[in-house]
Amino acid sequence: MTATLTPATSTDDSTDRGGSAPSRRAGRRVTFGGFASSTFLWLYAAISIAPLLLMLSNSLRTTQDMAQHPLGLPLPPDFSSYGKAWITASFETYFFNSIFVTVASVILSTAVSLLAAYAFARTKSKLFATLEGLFLSGLMLPVYLAILPLFFMLDAAGLVSNLWGLILVYGALGIPFSTFVLASFFRQLPIELDEAARLDGAGPFATFWRVHLPLVRPAIATVVVFRFVPVWNDFFYPLILIRDQGSYTLPVGITRFFGEYQTDWATLFAGLTLATIPLVVLFLIATKQIVSGLTAGMSK
Amino acid sequence: MSAITTPRVRRRTVHTGITLSRRAGMVFVLPALVLFAIFIAYPLLTALSYSFFGWTGIVRGGFVGLENYVTLFTKLPYSADLPNAFVHNLLLFFGAMLFQNTVGLGLATLLHRIRRFKRFFQTMYTLPYLVSPLVIGYLWSLMLSPLFGPVNAVLRGIGLGELAQPWLGNPQTAIWVVVIVTAWQWIGFPVLLYGAALGGIPEEIDEAASIDGASAWQRFRAITLPMLLPAIGTVSVLTFIGAMEAFPIPYALGGSQGNPAGATDVLSLLFYRTAFESGSSNAIGTSSAIATLLFLFIFGVSMFITWFLRRAERKLF
Repeated sequence: MTATLTPATSTDDSTDRGGSAPSRRAGRRVTFGGFASSTFLWLYAAISIAPLLLMLSNSLRTTQDMAQHPLGLPLPPDFSSYGKAWITASFETYFFNSIFVTVASVILSTAVSLLAAYAFARTKSKLFATLEGLFLSGLMLPVYLAILPLFFMLDAAGLVSNLWGLILVYGALGIPFSTFVLASFFRQLPIELDEAARLDGAGPFATFWRVHLPLVRPAIATVVVFRFVPVWNDFFYPLILIRDQGSYTLPVGITRFFGEYQTDWATLFAGLTLATIPLVVLFLIATKQIVSGLTAGMSK
Repeated sequence: MSAITTPRVRRRTVHTGITLSRRAGMVFVLPALVLFAIFIAYPLLTALSYSFFGWTGIVRGGFVGLENYVTLFTKLPYSADLPNAFVHNLLLFFGAMLFQNTVGLGLATLLHRIRRFKRFFQTMYTLPYLVSPLVIGYLWSLMLSPLFGPVNAVLRGIGLGELAQPWLGNPQTAIWVVVIVTAWQWIGFPVLLYGAALGGIPEEIDEAASIDGASAWQRFRAITLPMLLPAIGTVSVLTFIGAMEAFPIPYALGGSQGNPAGATDVLSLLFYRTAFESGSSNAIGTSSAIATLLFLFIFGVSMFITWFLRRAERKLF
């Protein structure tokens, strides 16, 4: 490393322009560059997280307190606005609608994508290559612009304002990403597995179910986490496809709630926090999947 | 929200005889294919056709050729709203690109060289990216509130009281709020992606160049930057798509009208408004023309960026 090769130069590092010098390596403890770079890292961490902490902290204060001390701390914490958001502002309904839609649609898209991905990984015909390409095109196309025909179709089927309509749509929207990730995993499994299973008398479905499925569990975890987040957060589809307040999911519920409770800051902050908690929980239990999933494809 | 924009399918050579028969394969693919065909392919193709017809409410009239497109560019309010919204989408793209490739790349480079707290910093930077953009938009609208908002309170507290203002009420500042909030929310992704790409650069190259007397900047220009190119390409394409599709953050900050006075309007809002709130009898025809143009633009430009970067990569290596 640089430090061991040219120890004599290390003393005039501090004249260098702080943290911007990419060559200075770790190992030297207290340099101006090291200090500047850790300051920058901590500073941006604060910028990144402060608004979310403020949301949490303000949800535990009263509106009156916020008006008097915009930057005060929640001492003592006051949980009453959560009760108000949950019951009076119907967050209970929105929350469970969101949970239902998200869980059902992620199960649906993962199940159909597992089957399709297995077929793509274990066939060799042009037909399947074309179908796979068709699915993958959904990764780059702005499919949300097709909302009008989708609305008319669901309307004709009586599925507008119906959570099942939303579940089917999200189920379909999850297919491009899920098949892509799962197929690349199935392709990594050696074909000898299939041969062995076939010799033991297993048919294609038994091979899939009992041999392959247990082996692609990490990929399933990635797919589930990565579909959960956008479906939970999505605002566009329910805004248009859900017309009845009893079927609102959280994002649409929040929009309505911001119109009605405009001045009740404490309840607004509590509502925003309630919509965020499941994601933070998911993030904390699946950090590994998220970090590796976001950077998938970079390792190859 | 994945890193995969340009999937390259790699086929293993599979022994025939063990592969699935065409019939068995079809059985496996069928459920996904049915869902995809009904809820994605069919609406998409139909949507494109809608723009070539005249509409009265939800009743389709005759074929009108490009008339809906002509309306968009010649009749008010569309001929004024369309370029206005388009410029805002471009601002979002360039703003986010600038932020991600300076601050984001800087953070990733610094994170790459530390051991302690690395996971902690990654978590901090990524959290806003996972939170619903609608929640983020509403949260910032509360924080920037003119009277009780904490942002103005901080400015007053540090003696910059004269800067305190109704950020979202002023057409001059409102669009920049949208740009900055969007860039702030998205930064976690490039930090992780650039981090992974930096981890893939063998240290020996850097050391060899350093022994040969290359300066820090020369090494960054000649080694790190080219090796980061695929990651920068991925970030560019995804940022472009995200900026052109922007909807929840502008909606939360400026409502469906892009308040104040269209200062925060974007193309998706314009499409939504035209289709569902305009009350015009030909709402479906006009809004479908907007959707088709946006669709072709997003698809065309992302393809172009991908092609351009592939070519640049080939030249480098």
